[in-house]
Amino acid sequence: MSKAKVITVQDLTKKFGDFTAVDAITFDVYEGEIFGFLGANGAGKTTAMKMLNGLSKPTSGSGTVAGLDVIKQTEKIKERIGYMSQKFSLYEDLSVVENIQFYGGVYGLSRKRIKEKTEEILTELNLQDVAKKLVKSLPLGWKQRLAFAISMVHDPAIVFMDEPTGGVDPKVRRQFWEAIYEASKKGRTIFVTTHYMDEAEYCDRVSIMVDGKIEALDTPDKLKEQFNAKTMDEVFLKLVRN
Amino acid sequence: MFKVFKAFVRKEFYHILRDKRTLLILFGMPVAQVLIFGFAVTNEFNNTKIDVLDYAKDTTSEQLINHMQSSGNFVLNAMLTSEQEMEDGFKAGTSKIIVVIPENFGEDFYANQTLTIQVITDGSDPNNANTLVQYVTQMVNSFKKEKTAGEAPPFQIQTETRMLYNPQLASAYNFVPGTVALILLIICAMLTSLTIAKEKETGTMEVLLVSPLPPFMIILGKVTPYAILSFGIALLVLLIGNVVFSVPVMGSFGLLMLMCLLYVITALSLGTLISTKSDTQQKAMMTSLMSLMMPSMLLSGFLFPMSSMPLILQYIGHIIPAKYFIDILKGVMLRGVGADFIILEIGVLMLMTVVLLFFTWRSFKIRLE
Repeated sequence: MSKAKVITVQDLTKKFGDFTAVDAITFDVYEGEIFGFLGANGAGKTTAMKMLNGLSKPTSGSGTVAGLDVIKQTEKIKERIGYMSQKFSLYEDLSVVENIQFYGGVYGLSRKRIKEKTEEILTELNLQDVAKKLVKSLPLGWKQRLAFAISMVHDPAIVFMDEPTGGVDPKVRRQFWEAIYEASKKGRTIFVTTHYMDEAEYCDRVSIMVDGKIEALDTPDKLKEQFNAKTMDEVFLKLVRN
Repeated sequence: MFKVFKAFVRKEFYHILRDKRTLLILFGMPVAQVLIFGFAVTNEFNNTKIDVLDYAKDTTSEQLINHMQSSGNFVLNAMLTSEQEMEDGFKAGTSKIIVVIPENFGEDFYANQTLTIQVITDGSDPNNANTLVQYVTQMVNSFKKEKTAGEAPPFQIQTETRMLYNPQLASAYNFVPGTVALILLIICAMLTSLTIAKEKETGTMEVLLVSPLPPFMIILGKVTPYAILSFGIALLVLLIGNVVFSVPVMGSFGLLMLMCLLYVITALSLGTLISTKSDTQQKAMMTSLMSLMMPSMLLSGFLFPMSSMPLILQYIGHIIPAKYFIDILKGVMLRGVGADFIILEIGVLMLMTVVLLFFTWRSFKIRLE
């Protein structure tokens, strides 16, 4: 890949007292890439992501997100990234339109821009008929795609997703990944954590974290070759057991 | 930045207006609480049933019985005939207070003999029993005065009491300020801690923290609607107090509002502090109930006089913001004093607010690290 780097990380480390949660990780993410960030629970995924989102200060090391420094320019970074949590993060007692308007307002979009964006999202997701309905009345799959669309309401360079498909059935997950491909085709970079190994196959490149360190980083095909495994699941198990 | 703030406040109002539980707490509870305290929880007695065991059965004893009923506090329930009946009445719960008039009551009374009237009450309800005995004693004394007018010995000392600021000893004068203090605490502290905890539970807080909104703005946006609403509700309670129970506002209304504002800020910072420590609504609810509502109700001097508490509880009472606010309210509303008379209470509340805000700010920062 010869594309521009949107995330660069050099020896990024986070310690809580004696415990090293993230141990000198180094990697790059390229523009328009779907980057899978894998690891068991407690491997340090969330902490690493928090440092990239400007929510947590690194103990040492350096990095840039969208060309901005993760230590000095955290506030600027927040304007350039989108974030989707595993709980979808929509307000259930607000309507579809009100949710879009609120998040548009939070990111400081102009009234005109919010209106345009609302139209765009409603059309794209085919939600015109339920625009005024409360979010809690929508099926899970729709909520998930709406949350994804809203995380991109301010056209961020990168979207961070923290286990966006947790608790969702396989069919809905499949649909959701199509939406992710769609966004990636438009040049959006996707940084996604997951613990579903079949989803790892959908990513352009995958990194696997074990005990705070990145133990493997490559395309799913090359990783399978390297570890002599048929599926990503096997790759993961081989890594974790060593 | 103001536009973002407006978007936030609008969203918060949607939450409030669409949640029946919040609406009920906001508007139903204050009104219910004032009316309940006003009409049900009262220390004044009317039409208490009184039983009499009259051994004398003469004109004077009959006059005494009539005299006791003349105040409106007592109505005659039954004329008993034996001591056995007394006990039966108490056990069955039909008797609350029994007056026993001795034999030869009339004769002894006019002969200026020392005589004893026995008053028996149901002590399982000590507050009631105490008050009832006081009432009976008063009535007996006034009966004595009436009948022996002009014949009183010259050396007798009379005490004449006057209750300043609340001549009728209306309990409304106590519970309206107390209710305002409680309501503001519930709305500002409990509801804000709940609403912030809710954002954490649903994961929306995470998204807000990743957004460019400064954390300070998130908190401000969340508490502002509750501050506005609680102000309106404080006014409503004061209005009900004034119209239904004739509780006056003797002092400056502006000062009163300013004090409400100060207390609202204290309560909001308490609520925010609780929310930074609780990840779920349930925890926020339990914490505010246990650490705010109960002590404010029981130890602030609102329901029970502080001076009669054990020392340790008095100390605890002194760190409860509601205590100072109730003192301020009583000062401004009933005694009509200016700020110079309540400067100590104002100072303490301000100090508490500053300390609370500091801790809130610190624990919020730690969360972000």
